[in-house]
Amino acid sequence: MKTVITVLGKDTVGILAKVSAACAEEGVNIIEVTQNIMQDLFAMIMLADIKDSSVTVDDLSKKLNKVGEEMGVKVHVMHEDIFNSMHKI
Amino acid sequence: MIETKNILETINMIENEHLDVRTVTMGISLLDCIDSDIDKACDKVYDKICRYAKDLVKTAEDISKEYGIPIINKRIAVTPISMLASVCQTQKITKFAKVLDKAAEELGVDFIGGYSALVEKGFASGDYALIESIPEALSITNKVCSSVNIGSTKAGINMDAVKMMGKIVKESAELTKDRQCIGAAKLVVFCNAVQDNPFMAGAFHGVGEADCVINVGVSGPGVVRAALAKAQDCDITGVADLVKKTAFKITRMGQLVAQQASKRLSVPFGIVDLSLAPTPAVGDSVAYILEEMGLEVCGCHGTTAALALLNDAVKKGGVMASSHVGGLSGAFIPVSEDAGMIHAAQIGALDITKLEAMTAVCSVGLDMIMVPGDITPETISAIIADEAAIGMVNTKTTAVRIIPAIGLKAGDELNFGGLLGYGPVMPVRYGDPSKFIHRGGRIPAPLQSLKN
Repeated sequence: MKTVITVLGKDTVGILAKVSAACAEEGVNIIEVTQNIMQDLFAMIMLADIKDSSVTVDDLSKKLNKVGEEMGVKVHVMHEDIFNSMHKI
Repeated sequence: MIETKNILETINMIENEHLDVRTVTMGISLLDCIDSDIDKACDKVYDKICRYAKDLVKTAEDISKEYGIPIINKRIAVTPISMLASVCQTQKITKFAKVLDKAAEELGVDFIGGYSALVEKGFASGDYALIESIPEALSITNKVCSSVNIGSTKAGINMDAVKMMGKIVKESAELTKDRQCIGAAKLVVFCNAVQDNPFMAGAFHGVGEADCVINVGVSGPGVVRAALAKAQDCDITGVADLVKKTAFKITRMGQLVAQQASKRLSVPFGIVDLSLAPTPAVGDSVAYILEEMGLEVCGCHGTTAALALLNDAVKKGGVMASSHVGGLSGAFIPVSEDAGMIHAAQIGALDITKLEAMTAVCSVGLDMIMVPGDITPETISAIIADEAAIGMVNTKTTAVRIIPAIGLKAGDELNFGGLLGYGPVMPVRYGDPSKFIHRGGRIPAPLQSLKN
């Protein structure tokens, strides 16, 4: 199962490192990363595969939210299907 | 990879524009629980509901967490209880209400609907006793919702039932006057009731339905309004297109949740109800969409046209996004549950006559309207008759859920809290319709067309 991890907020040093480190601790494989800065808003989107990980989406979400809070950014972890179904026919 | 702007759009819809799935509703048939001994019937009802819906709340919560979509309510709809009551040799029909409430409490669902009777053409055995018991049933339970269908395009309007419902609505409010007259807020009077509606208070599981189904109701007035705000000065064709596109996205999300819930619970998927259901939260309002289209305030001239456009565009956009669309599907206009409507009613821009006109083009009817506590049962019946006539003639579902605010007069405010919201008590029109209502009988079914 693939999830989309979205990090939104003010750009600071080490966001990518900390989020990916947290993912690695849980055995979550990051497949793709894109980063954008839009009007001071930092947006990082990761596509991650959790099929080989024992962690649930909910637990991963809680863990990454904590990491996000420490850095003052907002993290969302959502199943990729939600985006596919809403934006593709 | 999915495009960044699409991902951010979805997240923005959920975070800032109140996008959510309003309800996952499990419909359960109780036809196999019928028993002439009411206690045995109640045991069967309790067992069946608890067996079928034991994982409903947990499954919905799991889906919500996994997909990051808020699912606000988990509900159950059952076969109209009048059918079970008809074979019981007792007047203590409220035992069914208690057992439904107990099951809802046990399962942790928000509401359970189906304390209902369908009497559009006449009363079968059980219907009369059930309707008489509604005020008590709603006062002794917390989660049970009730509905009565008193008319249809094919059958006409049962004016005896209309007369009766005026009294029942008033009594339901009176028996719960120490709790903001909440009884009347859990009671809907329908014309052309649908059998697969997932929304309360009018949900019941129709007799033509499967043994158990999952129906999903989406929401998202805030998303539609935000999309219109971004579009600014496009013409009306552009407005309609934008609503369609937004409704498509919202409905796709509902479809995904419905499919997942159906798969995980091993229950057939019924329908997605494409309704724009407002909440009292600022920004989650159907009235604001109408105002975004260019009306100064909801209720001014032009409101009916704007609502007609909205209602139709929502259906057109949603229909392609889901494999099965049903329920009430359209734009709801519950006054106390919609911040924009509340404001419009408070400043006097929106009154019950304008609302009545709006119900001819919206998805349901006069919904969550507070009326003065001294209203007569006959006037309530007449409001029901007017609304049912609009539904009957226009081949659409209409409903009346008005709350006589016992002890309050026009201009006072009644506050339910939560999703049911708050709002001002609205004055009703002058004049006494008693003689018309007391005639009883039936309004014949309307001629739909001379097809040759």
